[in-house]
Amino acid sequence: MLEEGSIFNALLVERLNYFIYVVLLLIGLWAMIAKNNLIKKLIGMSIFQTAIILFYVSIGVKEGATIPIYLPEHDPHGTPALADSNSTEPILAKPQALDASLVPNYTNPLPHVLMLTAIVVGVATLGLALSICLRIYRAYGTVEEDELLIKLEGEDSRNSGLPRRRRPRRRSSPGKTAPSNQNKQGSSTESNISDKPKRRRNPNSRNFKSRSDKSQTRSSAKDRQSGSKKPARRKRTNPPKEGNSQ
Amino acid sequence: MVTAVLADYRGFDTMLETVVVFIAGLAVFSILKGGPKQRTRDREFVVGFEPDLIVTNTVRLIVPVIQIFALYVLAHGHVSPGGGFQGGVAMGASFILVALAWNLKTALHRFPIDRCFMVAALGIVIYAGIGFLSMFLGGEFLDYAHLATVLPVSQEMARYHAMLGVEVGVGFTVTAIIFALYASLSSDGRMRDGL
Repeated sequence: MLEEGSIFNALLVERLNYFIYVVLLLIGLWAMIAKNNLIKKLIGMSIFQTAIILFYVSIGVKEGATIPIYLPEHDPHGTPALADSNSTEPILAKPQALDASLVPNYTNPLPHVLMLTAIVVGVATLGLALSICLRIYRAYGTVEEDELLIKLEGEDSRNSGLPRRRRPRRRSSPGKTAPSNQNKQGSSTESNISDKPKRRRNPNSRNFKSRSDKSQTRSSAKDRQSGSKKPARRKRTNPPKEGNSQ
Repeated sequence: MVTAVLADYRGFDTMLETVVVFIAGLAVFSILKGGPKQRTRDREFVVGFEPDLIVTNTVRLIVPVIQIFALYVLAHGHVSPGGGFQGGVAMGASFILVALAWNLKTALHRFPIDRCFMVAALGIVIYAGIGFLSMFLGGEFLDYAHLATVLPVSQEMARYHAMLGVEVGVGFTVTAIIFALYASLSSDGRMRDGL
């Protein structure tokens, strides 16, 4: 199967490096999409970038070729090359165009130049992204995306001037609305979807059901810390929530 | 040769790339500096440590070598492998090494953050200045061959030396921004303690 000249040999053995880059690229893409932690997303972005850089560099490879630099006799700062072995007259040292016989021995520097640009811009974007992550952490105390979304929803409902503005908690937020909501859900989910105001009220309870369970335990410490208002609210909210989960 | 392509054939690209690096450094600095004061409690892992004797002495030996090598890489970029970005990164890494071995305050004493941005801007000014100079001498923007009218060399050598000047500009910017990035990110924008 892998003998010389077969298609599998050409694909898998001779171009194995490209497959490795594809795998790297997919790992990076997966991390960027699936990971919840923003820092892990950035690591994924870097892996993605590395895969592309490696891909371009290996495009630039030419077998038997060497790095494209000046020959010693072309270097205006080097020792001047003698015109030939019996004369002592040095060649006037100045940059010379490569003659055609030398060109096949050089690799093309252009892919490397492109990737140098990509690396530099990658460093710039990575630094910027890290600083934004730091700011997010400073403002919200987390870089986990699901917790961030929940906190942002809470902030939105607080700032939107809707009736239950004092109740930023997700999922537990339908303190009063939950019973009616429950009835709706019991009857038909379609009506629930078409019902605009209801939908706006508790998007969390549908979209982030499993996640907010997790974060509930995480943020319970914060609940305890903050405010005396919350326990009372919890008492109200807890029973309907249990009803929801059944 | 890579650098020759970078500085000559793709000169405009590289100039704006340097501007990108500069803007990124400024943005990181201002993002972390401004904004609401810390809402999170102070970090619980403040490490009060004495600079280690072995580490600091090793760094004392290594840093000059790194910096000389960085200058070499920068100066030979257009003839051999190397260039402004590479040399600049090596130079910036030497300052980061100082910050790691002692603390950020020591490194910032050597290279204050406002001077960082001044040096970075100076680098761009050098790059763009060479470009504009060649424009005023009758060529196009970044057409180095026309510098031969003010330099006592042939047109080819004018290109050659202008590339070096451009690379020096790039090296300035990258050195300063790499260190500014590290200083901002490691100290959460407060410019003290650090890692």
